[in-house]
Amino acid sequence: MMHMEQWNGFAGRLWREEINVRDFIQHNYTPYDGDASFLRGPSEATDLLWGELKRLQKEERAKGGVLAMDTDIVSTITSHAPGYISPELRDREKVVGLQTDRPLKRAFMPFGGIRMAEEACTTYGYTPDPALHKFFTEYHTTHNQGVFDTYTPEIKKARHNKIITGLPDTYGRGRIVGDYRRVALYGIDLLIRDKKEDFDHCGYGSMRDDIIRQREELAKQIRALGQMKEMAASYGFDISRPAGNAREAVQWLYFGYLAAVKTQNGAAMSVGRISTFLDIYIQRDLAAGTLTEEEAQELIDHLAMKLRMVKFARIPSYNQLFSGDPVWATLEVAGMGQDGRSMVTKTDYRFLHTLENMGPSPEPNLTVLYSTRLPAPFKAYASHISIRTSSIQYENDDVMRPVWGDDYSICCCVSATQTGKEMQFFGARANLAKCLLYAINGGVDEKTKEQVGPESRPITSEYLDYDEVMHRFDAMMGWLAGLYVNTLNLIQYMHDKYYYESALMALIDTDVRRTFATGIAGFSHVVDSLSAIRYAKVRTIRDGDGIVTDYETTGDFPRYGNDDDRADDIAVWLLKTFMQKIRQHHTYRDSEPTTSILTITSNVVYGKATGSLPDGRRAGEPLSPGANPSYGAERSGLLASLNSLAKLPYEWALDGISNTQTIHPDALGHTEEERIRNLILVLDGYFCQGAHHLNVNVFGVEKLIDAMEHPEKEEYANFTIRVSGYAVKFIDLTREQQMDVIARTCHKTI
Amino acid sequence: MQHPADPLFLQRDGQPSAAGLVHSTESFGSVDGPGIRFVIFLQGCPLRCRFCHNPDTWAPASDHAVRKTADELLRQALRYRPYWGEEGGITVSGGEPLLQTGFLTELFRKAKEKGIHTAIDTAGAPFTREEPFYSRFLALMEYTDLVLLDLKMMDPAGHVRLTGRGNDNILAMARLLDTLRIPVWIRHVLVPGLTDDETDLREMDVFIRSLSNVERVEVLPYHTLGVFKWKDLGIPYTLGDVPPPSEEETEKAKRLLHIN
Repeated sequence: MMHMEQWNGFAGRLWREEINVRDFIQHNYTPYDGDASFLRGPSEATDLLWGELKRLQKEERAKGGVLAMDTDIVSTITSHAPGYISPELRDREKVVGLQTDRPLKRAFMPFGGIRMAEEACTTYGYTPDPALHKFFTEYHTTHNQGVFDTYTPEIKKARHNKIITGLPDTYGRGRIVGDYRRVALYGIDLLIRDKKEDFDHCGYGSMRDDIIRQREELAKQIRALGQMKEMAASYGFDISRPAGNAREAVQWLYFGYLAAVKTQNGAAMSVGRISTFLDIYIQRDLAAGTLTEEEAQELIDHLAMKLRMVKFARIPSYNQLFSGDPVWATLEVAGMGQDGRSMVTKTDYRFLHTLENMGPSPEPNLTVLYSTRLPAPFKAYASHISIRTSSIQYENDDVMRPVWGDDYSICCCVSATQTGKEMQFFGARANLAKCLLYAINGGVDEKTKEQVGPESRPITSEYLDYDEVMHRFDAMMGWLAGLYVNTLNLIQYMHDKYYYESALMALIDTDVRRTFATGIAGFSHVVDSLSAIRYAKVRTIRDGDGIVTDYETTGDFPRYGNDDDRADDIAVWLLKTFMQKIRQHHTYRDSEPTTSILTITSNVVYGKATGSLPDGRRAGEPLSPGANPSYGAERSGLLASLNSLAKLPYEWALDGISNTQTIHPDALGHTEEERIRNLILVLDGYFCQGAHHLNVNVFGVEKLIDAMEHPEKEEYANFTIRVSGYAVKFIDLTREQQMDVIARTCHKTI
Repeated sequence: MQHPADPLFLQRDGQPSAAGLVHSTESFGSVDGPGIRFVIFLQGCPLRCRFCHNPDTWAPASDHAVRKTADELLRQALRYRPYWGEEGGITVSGGEPLLQTGFLTELFRKAKEKGIHTAIDTAGAPFTREEPFYSRFLALMEYTDLVLLDLKMMDPAGHVRLTGRGNDNILAMARLLDTLRIPVWIRHVLVPGLTDDETDLREMDVFIRSLSNVERVEVLPYHTLGVFKWKDLGIPYTLGDVPPPSEEETEKAKRLLHIN
């Protein structure tokens, strides 16, 4: 068993013998079931730094969304000299480290694709260095290049027609959570020693493809670990050894994360489940009298501030897809342990409290791992923060824990992953609403008139027959699932090859579990359309070419979102059927296939590419986001809608089922106390039925409209709303997206 | 215009097995009684309050209203039990629920068998000591845990101007509920210039304080969210320019009614 002086006072054995952060946490954390009264306000330094950052954010917005950009340095772990929020306040920063040498300056990251990196520059008026262009086109292959070199004509057509869409073939796939806690607990040298041991034991015998690849990846990971040390040293810290106190633990951990966001511009760059871990260090220092509560809060505030600053250079079409410049620096609090103890610590409170000390913010994407068994005071505090800031989301620990254990992180907006033991191949979405239209039109795209799907017999009858449509739809989904999985196999292969996440994988076990995350777009519209075909009369309207381009639906039909089994059973059927079809195919690196219903705000972009549907949705209108019922479909109030969602079995959508609900404060209760109590009741009632996720916004439509009309008002600078799995500053959305948010159901009954 | 008064309803009322005429249901009622509640809006109301936000529930019948049995409604309501916690339950609102006492008694009797908290949200207009209503009312109260009673105005003449009817029977009902020891929440919709008269509010306060069963008094600020329904129904809205009360006006009313 190993002894390090930095570990004095810590209990447990296994974690000293092997890399095992969970074991360390379980032996050392202090559950807290008291209330929020111990929390402290922002320190003077926090106010000064946050004030400066707000000023910079304002300047950034005034300059059209980007404050500054690199054009001639390729971002690596060690590419930049140290950067600080402000030179004058340098000594006040308790946690240091920026992605580049200046705050909010965006790095040049060409490995995903040089064209995108360049376009990101030119969009904002910057000229990228031509030498880099030459390098990344003539001498080096990017991920994007690799993918397009190998796409088949069929894939290209499907992609162009957007039946598979949002694919990570032009940007980093993200969704990998390095176990950044390892840097703090073990220090880099022990981590290198461990990886070297793995390297020595890898490939004894024959050098097959997989062994060679594994050895190369390990070599890259070890190199990345060395660079982390170098980067930290440039800030004046020696992270070769374990962190010796709370401030170092926060700093070490952040350096690990910083290495990740300096090298990867993934679609989601989660921080992970760090609150209970950090609390152990804070508790030790508090007990020793070397840290005060004010200082503890300051550390967490400064870490949160850094996470609020993470930025990437994006292209306009990316921002339309993901809107609002998100990073998904997702960070979890709470949850229950396998032994039945709550994992809520004072630091879980401290993280939520950052939203009070520095106001609401979309990042970090604060996520409460909810269990009906969480301590009542914590539920009340989280609920209070929700009502005040709309900046946190809830995910059901009681359904995730049996699958992922008690040390999982959320790797994107809502998808769970075992921390340090697992990585995910993110795979965007298949548009099932379009797939239904292809089934009706024999594989011809309703917008471009191209033969995209297999040339099959179209439906020629004037009125749609349920059995006939289901038969065709089933076959078309089979084709789509195969094409989709193959496309993703190819993308993930190239990403591993040309844009490998060395820094992140260095902080994950070598023997890693891989999931293959597919996704569904247009979910509610398919369900309602099938219900319309079954329970009402749907007449087809054809254009000159005989392609069905519109539908006339007469009569009423049950809609998903009203707790009506007739519609909800179709929803369950749809999820299971799609997942079964995905499972039929080989997935890259023997990964485990999963699926999700969580379209984020890309529902606006996906909707534009999708024709009219039998449920009454017009061509081009936004699809409903995530697993939300369609706009206007919820006629029985919030709980009926939640009950419909709760019927979707999480086991069949392990990558997540996102649900966004906006509740008017007046509809939640007359007084603050009532609102808090009622929100807890909603969460308890929803999650005890096995539902997975809930975004809660608490404000009225009036406020949204005012924010849209008057984005310049100070109060809206950081006005945060939650959209399908993540939070965003409302004023950063395009007007179209703002209108979409406003149009969605706001539950209000007075 | 034919007054949609009681006779029609009362003829139908009193038949326990008859289905109720339901305007709509709401799964998430959080301001109509304690906790989270399943709210059943019944069709039909004898009052014509000028500030009503549910004028679509006035008519004794409507194309949109559906007949539902107590069992059907209970089955529906129980889907939401996971959200009720220790306080929530069912609230029957309207329209005016007391126009369908027979049906209501059956619904509440069955609800109580399942241990569900029952509340009625009423303005008390149908109340009378005359039979057969009175006995039915007493029977209903056997199964009623809480009455949310709208008190709109104390001045009888003003009450007629505001709602089309007097308030003697409403106040009588409030006193009866006190005698029966049925817990009551008094609710007062505050309409600037209409129901915010200081003298009237003081009088209301005296009346409320004369009762021993009032657990809570709520001031509900008038809002205009229901105005579109008047337009849809083609009924002229006579409070066109009346704004919702300001925060100060609401606070003042709360002070007058001794709400902390």
